[in-house]
Amino acid sequence: MSNSVISLKDISVSFDGESILKNLNLDIDYGTFVTLLGPSGCGKTTTLRIIGGFVEPDSGDVFFSGERINDLPPHKRELNTVFQRYSLFPHLNVYENIAFGMRIKGKSESEIKDKVTAMLRLVALGGYEKRSVSTLSGGQQQRIAIARALANDPKVLLLDEPLGALDLKLRKEMQVELKRIQQKLGITFVYVTHDQEEALSMSDIIVVMNHGEIQQIGTPVDIYNEPENGFVADFIGESNIVDGIMHDDYDVEFCGARLKCVDSGFAKGEEIDVVIRPEDVVVIPVTDAKFCGTVLSSTFKGVHYEMIVEIPNQDEDWLIQSTVSQEVGREIGMTVEPENIHIMKKYTGDYAGDEEYADSAEG
Amino acid sequence: MAKKKNSWLAAPFGVWMAFFTLIPLGVVVYFALTDSAGAFTFDNLLGIGQHAGTLLRSIWLGAIATVLCLILGYPVAYSISRAKGVSQQTMVMLIMLPQWMNFLLRTYAWMTLLENNGLINKFLGLIGIGPLSMINTSGAVVLGMVYNFLPFMILPLYSVMTKIDKHTIEAAQDLGANGLNVFRRVILPLSVPGIITGITMVFVPAVSTFVISKLLGGGKDMLIGDLIEMLFAGTAVNYNVGSALSLVLMILIVVCMAVMNKFDDGEETGALIA
Repeated sequence: MSNSVISLKDISVSFDGESILKNLNLDIDYGTFVTLLGPSGCGKTTTLRIIGGFVEPDSGDVFFSGERINDLPPHKRELNTVFQRYSLFPHLNVYENIAFGMRIKGKSESEIKDKVTAMLRLVALGGYEKRSVSTLSGGQQQRIAIARALANDPKVLLLDEPLGALDLKLRKEMQVELKRIQQKLGITFVYVTHDQEEALSMSDIIVVMNHGEIQQIGTPVDIYNEPENGFVADFIGESNIVDGIMHDDYDVEFCGARLKCVDSGFAKGEEIDVVIRPEDVVVIPVTDAKFCGTVLSSTFKGVHYEMIVEIPNQDEDWLIQSTVSQEVGREIGMTVEPENIHIMKKYTGDYAGDEEYADSAEG
Repeated sequence: MAKKKNSWLAAPFGVWMAFFTLIPLGVVVYFALTDSAGAFTFDNLLGIGQHAGTLLRSIWLGAIATVLCLILGYPVAYSISRAKGVSQQTMVMLIMLPQWMNFLLRTYAWMTLLENNGLINKFLGLIGIGPLSMINTSGAVVLGMVYNFLPFMILPLYSVMTKIDKHTIEAAQDLGANGLNVFRRVILPLSVPGIITGITMVFVPAVSTFVISKLLGGGKDMLIGDLIEMLFAGTAVNYNVGSALSLVLMILIVVCMAVMNKFDDGEETGALIA
């Protein structure tokens, strides 16, 4: 807690009797880029709004630099928000939008002018002072919203799906831009998104949420490589999750095959979930294979082919990615390297991408 | 091209406008600039001076009524715009409801309320006050104007305020604005178009009314509307002077609105910079 700029303790919220957050605990360190990641309705935006002061938790405490701020209204909190739909002031020009917070604090005109100029340079929109906000493109409005928030020197910047409305190319550019700004200023960013790729590429720490509960907190690499449960594995990138049995340390059985793995510490004969990333499945001749399957479809995805493979006695078809396409209807052999087999305790909740996966399996 | 293709759709209205607005307007100008024999003259317009008092009184009372409507209507419009769906509709309904009754009937109703032995004075008599002389005063005229035209102030304000994004207000709070600052720096400037429309919709009918001043003012202090009515349909028929007065009133209103709109533009481009 000593190093946390924001601490949420046992936060619970419900709207109209529906529970949104359940006993949420979260510490956010100074100067980190933290992403709250999860499907829509997982409570990530509500968490952000609690930090911003726009939602009051039913129970639990919010701490800012060690001080309890539950009863502090939004305008007194030392943090600023970049809203999902920019929410720029339509009656003010770019200069006045950025100056808004400083005017309320009663800063001098020369101080305001310097800051606005510096902020516009930071977001690469120098010279836009006199423009009306309605003449700006979506990406430019987003930059102004970021400049407007940062002009107040907040200790923490909250960002609520700020890139959601931008097209793919612009979104990628802004991801790099945001990370650059965060590193340059060294302040804490709390970023909300449902886009796992966005989370992986920008964050220092990712907080994966589902149904109002935190599923896993970790670095992008940890979250991707060592998902703690099936939900995380499925939500972060695509995964094949299958039933398996742990015969002994480093000895797992799934799909009728016994393979070496790098996990230990499970009970002998314990039933577990095995997670295999689609890119980790290696296609080999049937004669050498640990397990086999029939190719149902093959789709060109640019860098690789994405294939759906039916494996005998398995409930779900496998998704595999390979740079070499296999003929549809052909039987292929497969294996997985020990370090690419991820073993998890059995997860009983919902899997995030089930529906989408089912769709692509049919198509 | 598409514009040109569809322009004939407005033709029926164009014909209507020509016959019932443009031609009558021309007739008014013709009468204003001629004498009873039909000869060209400026006398009618130059003679307006003797009615200046009536004209000023009309503008003065209309202005007071407009300001009162704004003061009363603004908070109401704001709270309706922030209310939840169903209660919002109910409140708009309640504001509209009196409008479904005939305008004359509503004004007559005020007569019976304000009369010397009317309902209000009878009630005041019970608690030992009065009787107050309320009917046939300028106050009664202003009251009648406010009562009849208040919805025309509330509705445009309400419709502009509902368009203010809730997130814009949150953004202001987020940037450090307390309630007063949110109002002064965001809600007020964003509702200016509604204020302009509201003022126009109240001021124009208030200035030119003659029914309200006749019924509630007792015809004592004549308003410009009464004078024009008298000159066309009353005891001192004179189409030429009547037309001149109408023309001057029309020009005055257009000038007032132009000034208001100028003010609106100034507000939008950054009156807050100063």
